Amino acid sequence: MAWPRTGIVCRKAADLVTEYLEDALPPRDRARFEAHLAGCRHCAEYRRQLRITISAVARAGPEELSSAARSELAAVYRRWRSG
Amino acid sequence: MAGDSELLGRLRGGDEEAFAELAGRYHASMVDLAAAYVPGRAAAEEAAQGTWLGLLRGLDGFDGQAPLKTWLFRILISRARSARERERGSLPAADPAVGPGRFDCRGGWACPPRPWPGDAGERLRAPGARQLIRAALDELPAGPRRVVLLRDAEGLAGSEVSELLGISEASQRVLLHHGRTRLRRALAAEAERA
Repeated sequence: MAWPRTGIVCRKAADLVTEYLEDALPPRDRARFEAHLAGCRHCAEYRRQLRITISAVARAGPEELSSAARSELAAVYRRWRSG
Repeated sequence: MAGDSELLGRLRGGDEEAFAELAGRYHASMVDLAAAYVPGRAAAEEAAQGTWLGLLRGLDGFDGQAPLKTWLFRILISRARSARERERGSLPAADPAVGPGRFDCRGGWACPPRPWPGDAGERLRAPGARQLIRAALDELPAGPRRVVLLRDAEGLAGSEVSELLGISEASQRVLLHHGRTRLRRALAAEAERA
């Protein structure tokens, strides 16, 4: 489903999606991107999926420190104190 | 919860608990980031430990101009780099997930993304999806992984990420795009499960 009338095809919209989400598109490109997505459910779905991906990564923080890591770090601290 | 500067103050006063608390806050993120520079968990752990030692040694000189987290990441990256590589911000090959094969000759989707059900976001943000997401992050090539970890996992601004990594903001976004699109593909099977 290409939409040449708006000046952006799906491939271009998919390329621009990160710049759009990062708010790095110049106003004219942003308007074109939004106009394309308003008429293209596939590209709108693609943007939705990327937004979900980003929020999922933000929630998946690193592991709690293992007790081994904690004691190694305590050793780093004590070495520094004594040295 | 005590702020970083309060903990730093206590640390200057010789409070080991304050050190443990700061380490609990940032060490795991630092190891993850270091692992995108050096081969193997042990080397990443070593780079992170060296960074803590650097903080302890430089405590009196630490002026608190930059947030502690940013400072730690900066020292870590410079240690991890000198430990291994000189190559900077090289761009990965085109991602097949959004490569030319997914589009027809007119630039429309040849193979459109299959819709994710309405609760996909909720499921992927739930604790049960954590392992899957961490595994997908580990699979990313180093360049996109560094950017995704700093931008999306740690929530730094794009400008801070590009400054820390010594790459332009445009390159930072290219790497971010590669990372995010690969992650989307890696999560698709789980997301599509109705």
